[in-house]
Amino acid sequence: MNTVAVIDYGMGNLRSVCKALEHVAPKARVQLTSNPDDLAKADRVVFPGQGAIGGCVRALDSHGLRPALLRALETKPFLGICLGLQALFDFSEEGGGTPGLAVLPGRVPLFPPAQMHDRATGLRLKVPHMGWNQVQQVRPHALWEDIPQDTRFYFVHSYYVDSGDRRQIAGVTEYGLRFTSAASINNIFAVQFHPEKSQKAGLRLLENFVNWDGKD
Amino acid sequence: MGLAKRIIPCLDVDNGRVVKGVKFVDIRDAGDPVEIARRYDQQGADEITFLDITASSSNRATMVHVVEAMASEVFIPLTVGGGIRAVEDVRRMLNAGADKVAINTAAVANPDFVKAAADHFGAQCIVVAVDAKQTAPGKWEVFTHGGRRATGLDVLEWTQRMAEYGAGEILLTSMDRDGTRDGFDLPLTRAVCDAVTVPVIASGGVGTLDHLADGVLLGHADAVLAASIFHFGEFTVGQAKERMAGRGIEVRL
Repeated sequence: MNTVAVIDYGMGNLRSVCKALEHVAPKARVQLTSNPDDLAKADRVVFPGQGAIGGCVRALDSHGLRPALLRALETKPFLGICLGLQALFDFSEEGGGTPGLAVLPGRVPLFPPAQMHDRATGLRLKVPHMGWNQVQQVRPHALWEDIPQDTRFYFVHSYYVDSGDRRQIAGVTEYGLRFTSAASINNIFAVQFHPEKSQKAGLRLLENFVNWDGKD
Repeated sequence: MGLAKRIIPCLDVDNGRVVKGVKFVDIRDAGDPVEIARRYDQQGADEITFLDITASSSNRATMVHVVEAMASEVFIPLTVGGGIRAVEDVRRMLNAGADKVAINTAAVANPDFVKAAADHFGAQCIVVAVDAKQTAPGKWEVFTHGGRRATGLDVLEWTQRMAEYGAGEILLTSMDRDGTRDGFDLPLTRAVCDAVTVPVIASGGVGTLDHLADGVLLGHADAVLAASIFHFGEFTVGQAKERMAGRGIEVRL
């Protein structure tokens, strides 16, 4: 049976992610877990994220999940969502500076207030970046299958990914500046937006993930 | 091309049932919040807000079940407001499947609660709801208890302070316009939207589709919330989006 482990590190709403996965893959086993052994046994792993990055990394360590998570990042289809994207990079500006898991090269800065203006109207762009924005797919990927170019997904975040390796960028979004809204390498795919809250397109992405063989 | 302006239908829920009647011709149970939420989702709503007007704590448990049911089948963001008074209330709603909670009276009674909730769960899930009444030209005061109790707080100062305390969004309701169908209080909306750095949802007074567009174009709102124009099948969310797009507003179609 296709087992999808959703990492639970005790930081908020994970029900939506599980329900959305169950919705698109009724035959799969969706397991919300904070047990490292479950990550090792699962066929695929989802790393959702909410809250602050410092708390997220600390909670991973307090549950002893880091080694199992790093192992999964090397070996099985892996989907990071929101903070689950940001935490993969070297360093986040959040909380006065927080080291990430450093699996992907890059930084996670705050949207710079001086640059946050709408080009058309001149009005201030609000932070958090909250709502439905477009994702430009910069290269083909199994997880983009049947999702049209420039489809809107639901975002909510104040920090953004500045990828250190262009080859790892799978999608970009404009909000005051152009940022990495999807990153991928090998068996890893990670998104800034919330597929579990992005209606049809989001469900399609989750379905693609559940069917993905983990090959780039 | 960029971030779309959001349209958010709002439902008043009492003991697990929608009140103020929703009248769709083709709906099975017009009192079931999940069925109505599903309908708005199909019409293209960008988010849904449930306002829990329940007074008793036993009925609050019912609200948790409603949120759980909604999260199992409607995959767009859900905000829950009403009776959120402690960190534990926030946790309960988020665990049930809400994406954001709206805090109103409790923020006025104890502003540090907003700070504690934002520190704990992240600013992205904390909405501060503000009920505003005009007291003089260009001056608005914060009211609580459904507009019955004055607080002495200036709306502009209060909303800026709440953003500093960690509110990720402001839900701004004009008590002068609420229920009138005369349109948003545009000077109020614009003053708050221009003053704060976080997104603002305009609410109170929508009677026509152009009112929604005015909220964005003249009020500078990031999102617009309405109840009755959608509930009675008068307009669909899709029609609202078409009108907004026709007036040059970026929406998710």
